[in-house]
Amino acid sequence: MRPFLTTLSRPGRTQSWRKGVQSLLEGLKVWQESELVETFTAIIARASTQLPPDVLEALRKAREQEEPGSLAQKALDTILRNVELAGGNWQPICQDTGTPLVWIHHPVGVSTRMLTRAFTEAVKQATARQLLRPNAVDPLTEKNTGNGAAPGIPTVHCEEWDEPALEVRLMLKGGGCENVGAQYSLPNAALGADRNLEGVRRCVLDAVHKAQGQGCAPGILGVCFGGDRGSGYVESKRQLLRRLDDRNPIPELAALEERLLREANELGIGPMGFGGKTTILGVKIGYLGRLPASYFVSVSYMCWANRRAAARVDQKGGITWLD
Amino acid sequence: MARLTLPTDEATIRSLRVGDFVELSGRVITGRDAAHHWLVQAFRENVAPYLKDSVIYHVGPVVRKNPDGSYSFVAAGPTTSAREEPYQADVIGMYGVRGVIGKGGMGPKTLEGLKKHGAVYFHAIGGAAQVLAQCVKRVETVFMLEEFGVPEALWVIEVEDFPVVVTMDAHGNSLHKEVEAKSQQKLAALLQA
Repeated sequence: MRPFLTTLSRPGRTQSWRKGVQSLLEGLKVWQESELVETFTAIIARASTQLPPDVLEALRKAREQEEPGSLAQKALDTILRNVELAGGNWQPICQDTGTPLVWIHHPVGVSTRMLTRAFTEAVKQATARQLLRPNAVDPLTEKNTGNGAAPGIPTVHCEEWDEPALEVRLMLKGGGCENVGAQYSLPNAALGADRNLEGVRRCVLDAVHKAQGQGCAPGILGVCFGGDRGSGYVESKRQLLRRLDDRNPIPELAALEERLLREANELGIGPMGFGGKTTILGVKIGYLGRLPASYFVSVSYMCWANRRAAARVDQKGGITWLD
Repeated sequence: MARLTLPTDEATIRSLRVGDFVELSGRVITGRDAAHHWLVQAFRENVAPYLKDSVIYHVGPVVRKNPDGSYSFVAAGPTTSAREEPYQADVIGMYGVRGVIGKGGMGPKTLEGLKKHGAVYFHAIGGAAQVLAQCVKRVETVFMLEEFGVPEALWVIEVEDFPVVVTMDAHGNSLHKEVEAKSQQKLAALLQA
């Protein structure tokens, strides 16, 4: 019992067994479902309407780099004006408010069914308030469910951790960019891609070329090598939670990210596929273990409207916004 | 920047070239995946007058229903047009459509259809949902709302100074074809290294 209970302890404090039980009971009392619905709705509102500062900064830099008067620069001008309008009015940046993908870290003892229920309810409320579009279709009946929710939508990943707070990281991923994601099984003779980082590089460049402007370039790439077909794509999406200006702690991956960013932009596809210097704003690479038989490279493309929001929710329900 | 009033005519449309900036004003009808499939299944008498000599906009908007029963567009940027490639040329031919607004461009079948029937592809800025929603002044009526849902319904809207770029014209030119060919060359060079 003891190790299980001590995970609830705050750092730097030793607690007796009795205190541990008390803490556990308190833990179960905090985060009422109805309060969490409100908190989650606020996180959705922020993601849908406020572009993260690192993305805005990258778009501004891109605008400066494009030829004055070019289609590329005009496209970026419109994008920047749109970001400003959406942020000021708290209206959706893009009408395709995407699939809500959320990663929630929670302390031991918090019901993941409750978290999933609360987040799904938040999606419904945000949809009713036009912060999200009714974006879920039943593929069997072809009916839009009207409330933004359907089996698998939203996608809620819950993971236990040792902290006494919740950490919520949300991404709204539009359908246009989701459609240009790609998965490769290596080796791939057509691309000359072997089972190594050079092979990964070749797949990523091919994916960017194939996407052209259709994923709403300039986009951001989340990449995973290894894993299976399912986990590989999930990890490639999780990579998109990273800030554009962070640095991969693994030196060879950091180098590959930088190289791919440079090379993808040499393709000249440009904003919206109009031609230009900015095709991609960032490349984020992660990996998972693989089977001896499999070597997948999964590429998730995120549109320029890289809508992320992250918050830490303390036991009193207080929200601290994270990057 | 040229201004274009909708509905328009074939001569005006044929005068447009790839790279032209145009501001559209007048009546536009929205339609995307379900709508295109539905439009080619049979000739839809009720919608046809709105399509004739006008423009179809690939969009799935966020729409607010006002207390008086009217509708307002809250967010309305273009959706990816490539998905309508199997249907677009037929829709243009069947209904006498003069233009398509979308993003990402379309393929050879549509390019051929634009040339044959006298129509163009207008590229709007993907993701610019607020800038473009502000250009939507009024929702006139809506078709298939119940059946297709808000994003897929056919909304008849009035736009004012709606900014677009011609990226495929009625003379067989396509900016998308050019950019793709150039990036293909560059890709081959990068993979050689």
